[in-house]
Amino acid sequence: MSQNVVVIGGGPAGIEASRRLRDLGYTPILIEKTPVLGGHLARWDRLFPEGIEARTVLDPMVADLDGIKYFTETEVSSINRLKDTWVVKLSNGLSAQVRAILLTTGFDLFKAEKKEEYGYGIYERVITNADLEDWFKSGAAPQFDAVNVIGFVHCVGSRDEKAGNRQCSKVCCVTAVKQACEIKEKFPDATVYCFYMDLRMFGRKYEDLYLKAQKDYGIRFVRGRVSEVSEDNDGHLFVKAEDTLFGKPLKIKMDLLVLMAGMAPAADNHQLARMVNIQTGEDGFYLPQSIIGSPCTSSREGIFFAGAATGPKTLPETLSEAASAALAIDRYLKTPQKK
Amino acid sequence: MIDFGYGLTPSSTLKIENVANPAFEELRQREPDVAKCIACGSCTASCSAGVFTEMSLRRVILSLQRGREKETLPMLQHCMLCGKCLLVCPRGINTRHLILSIGKVYKMEEDR
Ligand SMILES: Cc1cc2nc3c(=O)[nH]c(=O)nc-3n(C[C@H](O)[C@H](O)[C@H](O)COP(=O)(O)OP(=O)(O)OC[C@H]3O[C@@H](n4cnc5c(N)ncnc54)[C@H](O)[C@@H]3O)c2cc1C
Ligand code: SF4
Ligand code: SF4
Ligand code: SF4
Repeated sequence: MSQNVVVIGGGPAGIEASRRLRDLGYTPILIEKTPVLGGHLARWDRLFPEGIEARTVLDPMVADLDGIKYFTETEVSSINRLKDTWVVKLSNGLSAQVRAILLTTGFDLFKAEKKEEYGYGIYERVITNADLEDWFKSGAAPQFDAVNVIGFVHCVGSRDEKAGNRQCSKVCCVTAVKQACEIKEKFPDATVYCFYMDLRMFGRKYEDLYLKAQKDYGIRFVRGRVSEVSEDNDGHLFVKAEDTLFGKPLKIKMDLLVLMAGMAPAADNHQLARMVNIQTGEDGFYLPQSIIGSPCTSSREGIFFAGAATGPKTLPETLSEAASAALAIDRYLKTPQKK
Repeated sequence: MIDFGYGLTPSSTLKIENVANPAFEELRQREPDVAKCIACGSCTASCSAGVFTEMSLRRVILSLQRGREKETLPMLQHCMLCGKCLLVCPRGINTRHLILSIGKVYKMEEDR
């Protein structure tokens, strides 16, 4: 009988790691608390940098779950150490005794309403990056009359100590530029602005996307953090920022504002960390043994990580980490048990 | 009217609410690469004229983008078209040609 491994979190990291573990001869038990597998990837429409559809990545993964026991709408009730094993009890009444647990609980999207000065949840025409993906995905046209001036606000709830997140979320600069081009395709006559502090186009082909946004789409980039948003009588927005390259304050009337909500640590991290007695960092993400040398290994025997649970990551980074985690677990399970 | 010693200072806020900027669009048609500027400032740093005058090509491009062409003339009139900025621009913009096009689009030729 093949050995079980518990994988907690059914996003891209959890699914990919489960498939890899299965291929290595184990029986993964994949636990997802929501009704569907796929994590955040299930919500996105098209992916940076090339604009391929998110479902072309996710669908083949979800279609290949043979040999993996997975449970949706299921959570972990308790985890206890028994000799050199972990006893994991699930909310569906089942339990498993395993030597290795993989935590792939991912991230939470920063709650944009916390940045009150931007008016999300108060002004109708202020939406988030995730709302815009919902739009694109459902094809539902916006309900607003004229959409002539559109703004994207970078770093919402990232690089912001007041918002409790000092880290850069890494994916939102390129997401903003991707979405700015997409919305320009939908509203070709609109003027589209990106308000950035630094543009972090670090990945392969990201800079090309930026260049395309400038040259082919005429996206206007303004270096400066939006300080506040207000609304006039007919629901249009007034956006204030400093054009820091020009050295002058700036005020623009806008028809739509998209907030680039960042990646915050998953809410359940603390609870799970307590169950298996590991640390989360000051930033709330799990702390691996070494960010460089062993990003998938925790400080405890038999507890492993993959994906955005240890900090903001892109999809390719998440998937390759899932593969590394499967190998790390395999190596751990193959080393003889201490007596 | 009694003079209380107070005055109104005009707002220095950039007005780009009126977003149409036909002159810049015309420049973009003629010189598409102008949109590629990333405001790195290499051109300004290497500019022979900039050492002694207020010439800054980075600033000229930004001012045009923001519809503030009036502010560019005092800068542009110092340019000697030496082309040093062209050598350093990381986006490969033909800056010298761009400066000539700015002159044409904004009808600065006679003033130079
Ligand atoms: C706006 C935005 C757009 C993006 N677009 C792209 C893109 O175009 N290209 C790209 O490469 N990357 C993109 N990313 C990044 C991508 O979404 C992440 O890399 C990826 O989702 C990380 O996968 P994950 O499995 O680690 O985490 P997640 O996707 O967050 O999945 C975690 C899963 O674990 C579950 N879970 C959490 N806690 C528990 C628990 N206690 N018990 C059971 N289950 C639990 C969650 O419900 C979720 O299903 C984007 C990110 C954002 C914010
Ligand atoms: S990726 Fe860009 S928008 Fe996102 S937090 Fe980092 S700098 Fe800000
Ligand atoms: S061409 Fe003009 S702007 Fe460029 S370096 Fe020479 S003087 Fe300066
Ligand atoms: S060197 Fe090129 S990219 Fe840099 S500011 Fe000058 S024109 Fe723009």
